[in-house]
Amino acid sequence: MAAPPTLRRIGPACFELGTAFREGMRVPVRVFGSEKLVMEMDDQVFVQSANVATLPGIVEASFAMPDAHWGYGFPIGGVAAIDEETGVISPGGIGFDINCGMRLVRTDLTFAEVAPRLAELVDALADRVPAGVGARGFLGLAESEFEEVLRDGAHWAVKQGYGVPDDLVHTEATGCFPDADPAAVSAHAIERGLAQVGTLGSGNHYLEIQVAHAEGIADPDLARAFGIDRPEQVMVMFHCGSRGFGHQVASDYLHLFLRLMPTRFGLPLIDRELASAPFASPEGRSYYAAMCCAANMSFANRQVILHRIREVFAQVFQRSPEALGIRCIYDVAHNTAKRETHLVGGEPRRLLVHRKGATRAFPPGHPELPPAYRATGQPVIVGGSMETGSWLLAGVASGAASFYSTAHGSGRTMSRTRARKLVRGRALQDQLAARGILVHAASLRGLAEEAGFAYKNVDEVAEATEEAGLSRRVAHLVPIGNVKG
Amino acid sequence: MKAGYEFVEGATSDLAFVAQAATLDALFAMASEALLAATVEDPSGVAPSERRTVSLTEPDLELLLLRFLNELVWLRDAKGLLLRAESVHVTRQGDAQLEATLVGEPLSRTRHVLAADVKAATAHALRIEGRPEGFEARVTLDV
Repeated sequence: MAAPPTLRRIGPACFELGTAFREGMRVPVRVFGSEKLVMEMDDQVFVQSANVATLPGIVEASFAMPDAHWGYGFPIGGVAAIDEETGVISPGGIGFDINCGMRLVRTDLTFAEVAPRLAELVDALADRVPAGVGARGFLGLAESEFEEVLRDGAHWAVKQGYGVPDDLVHTEATGCFPDADPAAVSAHAIERGLAQVGTLGSGNHYLEIQVAHAEGIADPDLARAFGIDRPEQVMVMFHCGSRGFGHQVASDYLHLFLRLMPTRFGLPLIDRELASAPFASPEGRSYYAAMCCAANMSFANRQVILHRIREVFAQVFQRSPEALGIRCIYDVAHNTAKRETHLVGGEPRRLLVHRKGATRAFPPGHPELPPAYRATGQPVIVGGSMETGSWLLAGVASGAASFYSTAHGSGRTMSRTRARKLVRGRALQDQLAARGILVHAASLRGLAEEAGFAYKNVDEVAEATEEAGLSRRVAHLVPIGNVKG
Repeated sequence: MKAGYEFVEGATSDLAFVAQAATLDALFAMASEALLAATVEDPSGVAPSERRTVSLTEPDLELLLLRFLNELVWLRDAKGLLLRAESVHVTRQGDAQLEATLVGEPLSRTRHVLAADVKAATAHALRIEGRPEGFEARVTLDV
């Protein structure tokens, strides 16, 4: 754990590592965060960010967000904007759980109304949203239907009755990446993903019932605009992605790119997990089309899960989801590469923005935002540990400094093996229950690995994004019930 | 060399193990044991009721081990099978090749106590090293 001695502060919460740090860097590394967060980052954040800085076509800088930590190839919390014509696409820059992301849902319910039914609610959610190893969704899709999911994403789910059109309006890219082509996906990946739509997954994936306490509202106007509009309001947040399907897509192309890099592409290999292909090559385009399929599978997954949440709340409270005021505030991806236009040196440029464990955070006025958020900026959902709570943030104009990207979570500070040595799952479950947080875990071992002490302080991360000008704080959300994958 | 595997502190987010065995064939089989132990709390309780064969080719041994472990992950997710290697035969003539018989049973969420949902074996810090008395592999699992 040591920042390189050549790291220098260039802004209130921005540090830079020059291109002399390692051979072949085309751009500097810029790390956002408070001095404490940056100095406590593991040294691989700097090494991996510097490796990313060598990628062909990278523009401006290789960025690390305040929650950055070691990842495969790219650090988690890594952002790289790469020129579409001259640059590469890298599965390691997107993350293997393609379009892993967050969805935040509001309700009209208050803590006082939910507290007496909390155990029933958590059990019903755990029953209706399968989690953990081998979990299978309820859809029973045929291969042809799954291909529709890959093409249409959350739109497919709403068309089937799993949601309402308003959900799509409040989802990044309306829940569909348009360049998806199922022909670019292997039969292996399709067979792996068929039964996974509607499942939560495991590891750090969760579904949480949360409360927005008055003292956690950092910006009352923005909070109200986003739908947090009553005292002790109950929210639902969940974190999941494209499950094994996305992993298979990424693994398939990683193997292909590793074979082609030294021969056809003539690209040097710094780290096998940083395998890449020229974006303009047929293989690069093919991976992009497959990645869009996985992104769409993930949007559909979160849409189907929202449908199940609506069913559970309606059943427990014997009122319709509309009467309960259940509405999607926003769904945002944090593992993608997206084709975006940004100003570079004052000129608009087409870039493939890799965000791995980093959230897009468009500012007020951005044309891609839905009308309801045109004046506020994009809602950004930052998931913390199940003990410390999470944050709702908003995009700001100064986020242009990172191609409108901000943090995605709190970031691990400790290995799973070590966390498991420090606490047992059952003991942690009891401790949390004593603090008013009811946890239903698919795996007690997995629960221990996700203990709050294994993560950075999410409050520090959220504050640092504001200091760095990447996003602003809107509301802190405190967990009361958690379904853990 | 004492054959076996051990989970070690490694990647912050994930699980890593070191496996050792006297031969390459046994090393690959031992790595499959480690993967099974990461997936279920009691790997010895996985019954040998189903068999599958796989044959794989990769440019080198490390990528072959990666493909082999990821094939086991795929069989768990896509076919619902918990499997370990019953026999493995690794050859190196130009490319690295593997023929293996896998044995195990259907995953049961009631009968098996499930542990980590391993999504992939990764190429991160992946290595196979020859030792005077055998072979050692280090693998990081993405969970």
